[in-house]
Amino acid sequence: MEKTFAGKHEVRALDGVSFAVEPGTVFGLLGPNGSGKTTAVRVLTTILKPDRGAARVLGHDVVRQAAVVRSVIGLAGQYAAVDENLTGRENLRMVGNLNHLDRPTVARRTMELLEQFNLADAGDRPLKTYSGGMRRRLDLAAALVGHPPVLFLDEPTTGLDPQSRNDLWEVIENLVSEGTTVLLTTQYLEEADRLAGTLAVIDHGRVIAEGTPKELKANLGATVLEVGLSSSHEAERTAVLLDTLGPHHPAMNGTVVEVTVDDGPRSAMEGLRALDSEGIVPTGFTLREPSLDDVFLSLTGRRAENENEGTPA
Amino acid sequence: MTTAAATAASPNPGPGPDGFATRARWAVSDTLTLTRRNLLALVRLPEAVFFSAVQPIMFVLLFRYVFGGAIHTPGVSYVNYLMPGIFVQTVAFGAVSTSIGLAEDLQKGLIERFRALPMTRSAVLIGRTLADLVRNVFTVVIMTAVGFLVGFRPTTGVLPYLVGVGLILLFSYALSWGFAVIGLSAPNSETAQVMSFPVLFPLTFISSAFVPVAQMPSWLRGFATYQPVSVTVSACRALLLGGSTASWVVQSVAWTVGLLVVLIPLASWRYRHRT
Repeated sequence: MEKTFAGKHEVRALDGVSFAVEPGTVFGLLGPNGSGKTTAVRVLTTILKPDRGAARVLGHDVVRQAAVVRSVIGLAGQYAAVDENLTGRENLRMVGNLNHLDRPTVARRTMELLEQFNLADAGDRPLKTYSGGMRRRLDLAAALVGHPPVLFLDEPTTGLDPQSRNDLWEVIENLVSEGTTVLLTTQYLEEADRLAGTLAVIDHGRVIAEGTPKELKANLGATVLEVGLSSSHEAERTAVLLDTLGPHHPAMNGTVVEVTVDDGPRSAMEGLRALDSEGIVPTGFTLREPSLDDVFLSLTGRRAENENEGTPA
Repeated sequence: MTTAAATAASPNPGPGPDGFATRARWAVSDTLTLTRRNLLALVRLPEAVFFSAVQPIMFVLLFRYVFGGAIHTPGVSYVNYLMPGIFVQTVAFGAVSTSIGLAEDLQKGLIERFRALPMTRSAVLIGRTLADLVRNVFTVVIMTAVGFLVGFRPTTGVLPYLVGVGLILLFSYALSWGFAVIGLSAPNSETAQVMSFPVLFPLTFISSAFVPVAQMPSWLRGFATYQPVSVTVSACRALLLGGSTASWVVQSVAWTVGLLVVLIPLASWRYRHRT
């Protein structure tokens, strides 16, 4: 797919993105703001037409069979697209009617979803009284009114507190266990890791890596060992010691030494032994998973900067 | 390049467009759903409705008691001259809410949701403009009552009043489509409001709504006489106060139809291409 936004600054939002999703799985599109994730979702949900290329959802072409595609998808976005002036129940009913479900089905689905998303008590309150997490849950519920076999989630947890994020992850996992196919975009490696069976890392409208989270992380240089020291002299000595751990060379950042290691726990033990034998006592000692920043650094040679989307998405 | 495919394990083509009758039924039900949704917003915000009535009432009082004495309207009391103008001005100002409402729906992502639903696309714009039409009916009723309180006395009876008000409401419906174009072109609702006023002010004030055109400089009179607000005010005035009506009514209907013919496709095009 290709898509260019004309205007003051021409933005090539999609530059030959291509991927396929197994039915009944979660596919994650991972990338920073402005990488083209949202544009890809908007093309796949028939909101935008691609300039070039084609996309199919359940075999239906998103341009030529847009109406059919719309009847098999659900979309929940990072901007909770619910009507502020209506109650939760009215919002779900509106979407049900617009899905052309019959009256009893709309009523039943509305009840079920309010229950399922823990909004039954708040169902008849106007949205103004809802918290951010509640709105996001309602937004997701609205995407599910028509029982869509394919669900698009555009940064479903951006801006949520950890508790709400966890709740939402559980809901998504339940949907997938019932057979829904999910395409998820996210900026968080942790989220992609937890939910997605397959991931595509996207940057400047291109897929730059694809695989399971495990494969990607293995390629990305597994784990980062971070050692804090009390002086820069000690940091220099530590850097020399840690250089023997593996193929990657340590980097010094003030009095902190960072090194990427392939086998975290083993390298940590070897590192500690080496420091102990030299009588160095670290002030900090951390093993951490690579962050999205590390992923980008290793894939593109630069930090994942936040660029603006070419359009208010 | 190509292929973002999620191939179906279970065949679920969904209820595609099967037949004209079904599609027509859906179009009506979608439009009603969205009209209802927009009207519910009005019920939920009674303060907003109250304050939107305050401004036209202030205009009535201002022109009736402050400026009115200085404006000479031969053969008719100023309050009788004024009220048809106020009706049209009020519904014209009210039409701005079409642009604000659409800009807000765009901003909040509701339009994105609608576009990904298997609904009739035109229902978004028709539902919005119909809801604004319903609101304008109430506005005109309120302004008629306010007019009566300050001495407005139409002289021709109920039927001509209903025809006159009907013309104004039709005209307001055409204007709503114009403001829909603005709302769909604005980056946000605040800008939509600001963008609406340069259209609104010349239309409502360089008109025969408040001041007889004869009192304006000659270079302004052509525009001031034949622009849509003026001909609609003149038609309504003739219907409510007596005088020859046919020519003004025809001109007003012609403007309304002409505006609808141009603005509906324009707004629909903006809606389809807004990204």
